Amino acid sequence: MPGITREEVAHLGRLSRLELKDEELDHFAGQLDEIIGAVARVSEVAGEDVPPTSHPLPLTNVMRPDVVRPSLTPQQALSGAPAQEQQRFKVPQILGEE
Amino acid sequence: MTVTDELVSYEDALESYDPVMGLEVHVELGTKTKMFCCCSTSLGAEPNSQTCPTCLGLPGSLPVVNATGVESAIKIGLALNCEIAEWCRFARKNYFYPDMPKNFQTSQYDEPIAFNGYLDVALEDGEIFRVEIERAHMEEDTGKSTHIGGATGRIHGASHSLLDYNRAGIPLIEIVTKPIVGAGARAPEVAKAYVTELRELIRALGVSEARMEMGQMRCDVNLSLRPNGTETFGTRSETKNVNSLRSVERAVRFEIQRHAAVLDSGGTVVQETRHFNEDTGSTTSGRIKEEAEDYRYFPEPDLVPIAPERAWVEELRAALPELPRVRRQRLKAEWGISDHEMQSVLNAGAIDPIVATIDAGAPADQARKWWMGELARRANEDDVELSALPITPEQVARVCALVAEGSLNDKLARQVIEGVLAGEGDPDQVVDKRGLAVVSDEGALGAAVDEAIAANPGVADKIRGGKVAAAGALVGAVMKATRGQADAARVRELILEKLGVQG
Repeated sequence: MPGITREEVAHLGRLSRLELKDEELDHFAGQLDEIIGAVARVSEVAGEDVPPTSHPLPLTNVMRPDVVRPSLTPQQALSGAPAQEQQRFKVPQILGEE
Repeated sequence: MTVTDELVSYEDALESYDPVMGLEVHVELGTKTKMFCCCSTSLGAEPNSQTCPTCLGLPGSLPVVNATGVESAIKIGLALNCEIAEWCRFARKNYFYPDMPKNFQTSQYDEPIAFNGYLDVALEDGEIFRVEIERAHMEEDTGKSTHIGGATGRIHGASHSLLDYNRAGIPLIEIVTKPIVGAGARAPEVAKAYVTELRELIRALGVSEARMEMGQMRCDVNLSLRPNGTETFGTRSETKNVNSLRSVERAVRFEIQRHAAVLDSGGTVVQETRHFNEDTGSTTSGRIKEEAEDYRYFPEPDLVPIAPERAWVEELRAALPELPRVRRQRLKAEWGISDHEMQSVLNAGAIDPIVATIDAGAPADQARKWWMGELARRANEDDVELSALPITPEQVARVCALVAEGSLNDKLARQVIEGVLAGEGDPDQVVDKRGLAVVSDEGALGAAVDEAIAANPGVADKIRGGKVAAAGALVGAVMKATRGQADAARVRELILEKLGVQG
């Protein structure tokens, strides 16, 4: 039973705004299927009595007080931006012509 | 690409269909810092000056939850009669859009901090409608986009966009109702009353100013129609970011009319996101809504679960303020006014200013008269909230006191208020500077008149002899003696009275 289909990989690619070629889809679908299959083996071992683990440590309620600490300067914040304008991050067109 | 939607009349729509609503309200909390990092949330800062590696989503950064954000969420949940989760987690809502540099929004999915509540709202005629609450959960706001190159800053036709991440990560509480059924033709009114009541509640809790015009409270309206007498819900549309109380009402009304037209013509309602247009009161189609599973929610591994101690929850419950609706009932009785008058006070945003003015010593009717009259008119003219006028309840109370002791009449009091609003200082300073106090002390005025008569026996005799016009000289003398503070007409009356002459 396949863990993930080629169509599902194409769908994820679209959601992630990744343009995938046909041969890439074949390639990734195969790889991802193997990975998912490997992870699925854990479910075979874990019985009803073992809840899925999202956090390995039994910690709860880690919170901080509502106190302001210095932020980065705008120059620092923007230092890794591929492009900027008006002290803002510049991003390509969001919606294509529709 | 402008498509004009067909509409049927509101009355005809209600003849055939029963509206079902779902309201999602986002409230920006008034915390000092963001939900998961220590950046300031203050408004008006220069672009990208309130960011850090965490809210910019830089590799290696780790979020830590704001305790006040959690506390505010619990307070809201309790005030909405919700159960508070014993244990809950945050979740990643994955999507690719530049308003969130992490490529996901930290939210809650199937384990909201508060769930299963209700809010009773009062309609215009005093009828109480219970709106059931599905959940209230914690999440974070997104960055602010500016679209360049298109017409009027719209995303359509823009060549590129600019992002300011100061707002990214500001705490949001999303409050979701269960399907609201049974409102019938009053659905738009119920929607508006619910959002109004929620705003009052949020303000009373002190967790946010909830100013809709500032985007601190935003409403998404889900609406569907089902044929009258049927049970199954129809397909819904979701109108996003409806940002005023009036717009909530209009959006519901418009969508009822639009859905009815689609269904009447044998068509199918498309499940989609729509945008509300403030100018026309209409909605226009947005993107086709992505299915929920496309967000690929999963538990946030970087934040440990929240398990609010029951003792803490009970402590917060015990400290809840009087609920706004209960408070309005009490004030209505204390002030001796009708449901309708109380509704006007609520709509004007005048409850808190009036209460504060009464607390500062003014009689209730006077406090209400000024805030609902002169001041409401000014706020309306200047298009600001009543509470934003440059006058304090204490200053209004002082004006009321000056009127009560007779130093000012209503006409002068209005001028004093005008002076305070114009920044001329406190009421007493305005009175001094503008020389507005009337000498209405009849004793003092009478004495000044007697002195003037005694000092000018010749003039007095002329007046006694019928030369009424000569009274002007005596009025002048009295005005001089009282340094212009007397009411000249009253002085003239007194002079003629004392000299036994008809004016």
